[in-house]
Amino acid sequence: MNKSTYLIVLFAWIFASCGEKEHDQPFAGPQLPSNFPPPVYDLSLNPVTEAGFALGKKLFYEKALSRDSTIACADCHISFSAFSHPEHPTSHGIDNLFGRRNAIAAQNLIWAKEFFWDGGVPNLDLVPLNAIQSPVEMDANPAVVLERLRQNAQYKAMFKAAFGTEEITTAHFLQSLSQFMAMLVSANSRYDKYVRGESGGDLSSDELAGLAVFKAKCASCHDTDLFTDNSFRNNGILNDFSFDRGRNEVSQLPEDVGKFRVPSLRNVTVTDPYMHNGKFKTLAMVLDHYASGVQDSPTLDPLLRQPDGTLGIPLNAQEKTELIAFLKTLDDETFLRDVRFAQ
Amino acid sequence: MQIKSLLFAAFCVLTIAACKKDNDEIKGFGSIEIEFDNQAAGSALVFGKDYTNAAGESLQFTTFDYYISNIVLVTADGARFVVPQEKSYFLCKHDDADTREIKIDDVPAGDYTSIEFMVGIDSAKSVSPIGERTGVLDPAAGANGHYWSWNSGYIFVKMEGTSPVAPPDFGNIFQYHVGLFGGFDSPTLNNLKTIKLTVPDEAAEVREGKGAPHFHLFVDAMAIFSSPTNVSIAATPFSHGDAFSATLSANYVDMFMIDHVHNP
Repeated sequence: MNKSTYLIVLFAWIFASCGEKEHDQPFAGPQLPSNFPPPVYDLSLNPVTEAGFALGKKLFYEKALSRDSTIACADCHISFSAFSHPEHPTSHGIDNLFGRRNAIAAQNLIWAKEFFWDGGVPNLDLVPLNAIQSPVEMDANPAVVLERLRQNAQYKAMFKAAFGTEEITTAHFLQSLSQFMAMLVSANSRYDKYVRGESGGDLSSDELAGLAVFKAKCASCHDTDLFTDNSFRNNGILNDFSFDRGRNEVSQLPEDVGKFRVPSLRNVTVTDPYMHNGKFKTLAMVLDHYASGVQDSPTLDPLLRQPDGTLGIPLNAQEKTELIAFLKTLDDETFLRDVRFAQ
Repeated sequence: MQIKSLLFAAFCVLTIAACKKDNDEIKGFGSIEIEFDNQAAGSALVFGKDYTNAAGESLQFTTFDYYISNIVLVTADGARFVVPQEKSYFLCKHDDADTREIKIDDVPAGDYTSIEFMVGIDSAKSVSPIGERTGVLDPAAGANGHYWSWNSGYIFVKMEGTSPVAPPDFGNIFQYHVGLFGGFDSPTLNNLKTIKLTVPDEAAEVREGKGAPHFHLFVDAMAIFSSPTNVSIAATPFSHGDAFSATLSANYVDMFMIDHVHNP
C-alpha cells in the first residue's frame, strides 16, 4: 500500500464511520430547550418523524404550491435570515405583487399561540393555507395544489413513507409542513448558553448591561426566552391605520385597530427590515423610534405612555448601544446555518 | 346494610320498569330527517329570480350556503338528545339539494318537539387540529370556498348574488360571507348563533323499526336583509368577516322555522 492509497482508505473509513454514526442515531424531534415554556403545539397529535420532516422540507421548497408554480414558501422565508425575507420591507409574491406586511421570521413556531402579524391563524397546521391562498402571495387553490402532488410519483412515495399511505390528504399535507416547521427551533444563541449556564455562554459587560436595560424597558412585551408575550399591541409606528388595521381586521374589535403581534427578537440582527411594514432598516432606527419617534393614536399601548405625558420608552445613547450589544447575543449561528433546514 | 341497598336497587329497577311499561312502545332507536327548504318572498328560493329586499333594492341570488352543527333534539318532556359531535357538521348548499336533507341515525325513540342547532362551526372545532377536519370541514376539499385561511375559520353563511345597486365595477355582485367564532387565544367578534325551533303542532315520533320522521324547515334567504336592521346592498355590497357581519348574523338568526313535521 502506498501512502496515498493508505490515506484514501483511512478517509473512506472515517467517512463511513461518520455516516454510520449518523445513521445509528435515532431521528431527534424538535429541541425543547430547558429555558423555554412547554410548547403550545401538540406534538403528540403529529409526532415529527424523519420521513415527515423530509416531506415537509420538500414541500416548503416546492414552487408547485403557488398558482403558476413560481413561488415557494422558502422564497420569502429564507433559512439564513431565520426564515424572514432580507431586503424586503413587505412580502414579494406572485405576479410581482407586494403584500402589506413584512414576511415574519419563522422560528420557534411550536411555541406560538397565533400566527401572522394579526394572529389570524390559531394553529400551526393551518398556517400554510394562508400563504397558499393569499392573492398576493401564492394565490393557489389548495385543492389544485393537492391534485398536483397526487400526480407526482415522488410525492406519493414520500407521503407513504411519512404517513403509511400514498393517499395525499389535506391533513397529511399540512402535518408534514408542520413537522418541518416544528423543527425550526432557535435556542442555541450565546444568550441561551448564558441562561442555561453552558459553555460558550459568556456575555461581556456591555452585553450584560444591555440585558439589564432590556429587562427593565423591553421585556414586558418581549417576554420570556421566546422574547414575545404573544400579545397584540400598537407600538406607535403610525397614527393612521387605514391602510392596515392589523389585529382589528381579524377581530373586528375597535380596540384592536393598529395592533400587531409582538415579534420575537431571536436572530434579530438578520430579520431586518423591522416592524409589520418593514419601516426600519436597522436596530438603531428601531431604538430611536421607541426613544423619540412614537406616534400617538387612541389604541397606542399604555406602556408607551410615560407618567409625564411623553410617548415612548426613555433611552439614552449609552443604553441604546448596550441594548444593541445585548440583542446581538440572540443570534443563533447553529440555527441560521443548520443544513437540515437549508435548501 | 347490603341487603338494604340491594332492596333499594331492586325498587329502583322495578319503578323504572313500571314507568317504561306506561309508554311501552317507546324504546330502542330510530332515525330522523331534517330538510332545509330555502325560501324567499313566500315561496321556494330560485337562483336568478328577481327579489326585492326591505330597502327596496332588486336582487338575484347566485349562492346561499350555510353550516349547520351541534344538533340537539328535545322531547316534549325536555329530554335532550345531543347528536354525537362527529356526526353533527353539515354544509347545506342551495344548489345541491342532497346537502339540505340530513339524516340522523341512532336517535333514542321518543316524541321530539324541538330542535336546536348552531349556524356555523363551534369554536372548539374551529381551532381543532387539522387531523380532525374531514369531510365538510376539510379546508382544501369539502370546505373549500367556505373557509378563510387568512382569518382561520369557516364561513358560516355564504350569500352571493347580483343587484343593479351593487358596484358596476365588480359586475354588480354583492357578497355576504359571515364567520368569526370568537377567537382562539385573543377574542374576536363572535357570530355563532344557536337556533331553537319548536314544532308547530305534531311531534316527530321516532320509533324503532319505523321510518324516519321528517322535520321540514323553511329557511328564508331574505331574512338577512331585515329585522332588526334593514340591510342595503348599495350601502354595503361586500362583507367578508368584517364588523358589519354582526348585523347580518343578527338578522339571519330568525331565518329558520319548522314548517311542519311529517311522520311516516
